[in-house]
Amino acid sequence: MLVAGSEKSVRMMYTHKEEMLVKLRKWLMISLAAMLATGALAAGGCSSKSTSTDTNTSGSTKSTLSGTIKISGSDTMVNMAQAWAEKFNTENPGVVLTVAGGGSGVGIAAFLNKTVDFANASRKLKDAEKSQATTAGLNAVTTVVAKDAVTIIVNSANTMKDITKEQLGKIYRGEITNWKDVGGKDATIVLLGRDSSSGTYSFIQDEIIGSGKTYAKSMRNLQSNQAIVDEVSKNADAIGYVGLGYDNSSIKVLTCAGVTASVDTVLNGTYPLSRDLNMISNGQPTGVMKAYIDWILGTEGQKIVAEQGFVPLKK
Amino acid sequence: MTVPSSQKTARKGRPAFNRAADAIARRSIWVCGWVAIAVLVAIFVFLAWNATQALRDVGLWKMLSGTDWYPTIEPARYGFLPSIVGSLWVTGIALLLAVPIGIAGSIYLSEFATGWVKEVTKSVVEFMVAVPSVVLGLLGLAYLAPLLATTFHVSSGLMALTAGLVVGIMSLPTIISISEDALHSVPKDLRQGSLALGNTRWQTIYKVVVPSASSGIFAAVMLGLGRAIGETMVVLMLAGNSGLIISSPLEAARTLTGTIAQEMGEVVSGGEHYSVLFTMGLVLFVITFLINLAADMVLERQRKRWRR
Repeated sequence: MLVAGSEKSVRMMYTHKEEMLVKLRKWLMISLAAMLATGALAAGGCSSKSTSTDTNTSGSTKSTLSGTIKISGSDTMVNMAQAWAEKFNTENPGVVLTVAGGGSGVGIAAFLNKTVDFANASRKLKDAEKSQATTAGLNAVTTVVAKDAVTIIVNSANTMKDITKEQLGKIYRGEITNWKDVGGKDATIVLLGRDSSSGTYSFIQDEIIGSGKTYAKSMRNLQSNQAIVDEVSKNADAIGYVGLGYDNSSIKVLTCAGVTASVDTVLNGTYPLSRDLNMISNGQPTGVMKAYIDWILGTEGQKIVAEQGFVPLKK
Repeated sequence: MTVPSSQKTARKGRPAFNRAADAIARRSIWVCGWVAIAVLVAIFVFLAWNATQALRDVGLWKMLSGTDWYPTIEPARYGFLPSIVGSLWVTGIALLLAVPIGIAGSIYLSEFATGWVKEVTKSVVEFMVAVPSVVLGLLGLAYLAPLLATTFHVSSGLMALTAGLVVGIMSLPTIISISEDALHSVPKDLRQGSLALGNTRWQTIYKVVVPSASSGIFAAVMLGLGRAIGETMVVLMLAGNSGLIISSPLEAARTLTGTIAQEMGEVVSGGEHYSVLFTMGLVLFVITFLINLAADMVLERQRKRWRR
């Protein structure tokens, strides 16, 4: 091996080595940011008036809950999970929550490796994961905490308005590569999707691609919902899929089989690409974890679901 | 150490003390050398150990020659070819950009630049090393990708070319600063001798200075190559991460490093996918090891030729 001869190159090797830990660093940064945020809120919460609205099960107006809860998983849910954690922490300063994203697969893997309390997942556990959980001595209990629709987004300049599941399948399997074949202009479709750690990726695989078939190889696997939104807003020929909470005015949301994705169409089951957002724990949550999940399922937590653009369990 | 009680023993004691210090220093250096080698071997063993399951169940050849990368479907397909080809493209583009510019830049810095220009340029190059790759990735995403997309009339700027150019820019400072050191350490006598024999400044540089610094320059290029092939964040952000085996730099590609970084977090430790990713790491390790070995052999032959 070549030996670096100067201090400069030694420093170089160091940064180079650092980069191998990219994903780890991403989590670290997110969790650090979460810690800082919750820490700052906790510090702020001491001086501000306690506005506990009696949502915890203890029935007292002053929270005496304490403990730490580690959460990791779905990138679709990460903003909502952060908002939950921050609000819950202002009401219960004794509870320290850390939230990290990365993808449902990341959260489930962390759960199976016993490094988190809750895994956020925008999909159900796969059979293989269930058996891995059993092997690891875990009893995976899934709690549905919100609902979501996977929306199909295109660039604002795109003339398309509606897309069917069949057309989507053909596009994402790579059978249709030009917009004119689905009623658009004559341009090559730029396929955007998530990486294989994403629950949304698995959801589209199950619902659209079909079992035994595969995504087109030309699909670009992006890191997050936000990355897909950014690329679609810049690229006239792009198509992508994101959670309902990520829709904004910089992109155009297609209706699917004539149905617009909204709270109502998800709740009455007419929107074809709706799904549950889950939190997975080892056994039924107890203690501080139970308090947290009850709070999420209560009015406070569900209000945040709606604020974040997702679908509450009840209207 | 006991303090010598008289002059006589002191005179004897000093060489003894020196000898002891000498022995200790020799021993420590020996230990340090072996620790470095042991760490390298340990890394290799660790990778191989974690890769055994995949090597046994999937098979090395099947992975190396597989053209499909679908790690999460049933049955999973673990083909390395898209990642290997993508890595080669990105690294190749990076070197095409960084080697000529880097060497030319180092020649300019060492032989032509003077005074404040030299100082400023050197500090800028030094500073370039300190720019985190995420920042370069963001700049590439915001400016370079759209620019290249419109220039080459492709639908998206997330492609091997974009990643390659940014990685090339990242390996520039490595190549420049180490080459500059090598050129700088060429003895003045050689330059003056060459000029005295009637060579022009330019002839002196390409006939005398660069050849005598060639081993250092070569080492710089190799380190730059190592930097390029190991770069992760930038390719993750800019290469597009498709599953294609690309035949042109204007297509979306995935690389070995990008694939490992993207998927390592989601795999269950001890699972097949986990083991496959370790195999990928092993392949990357072997590739860089072979590159370094080849570089060393080339250098050795060079040295022999110069000695003649």
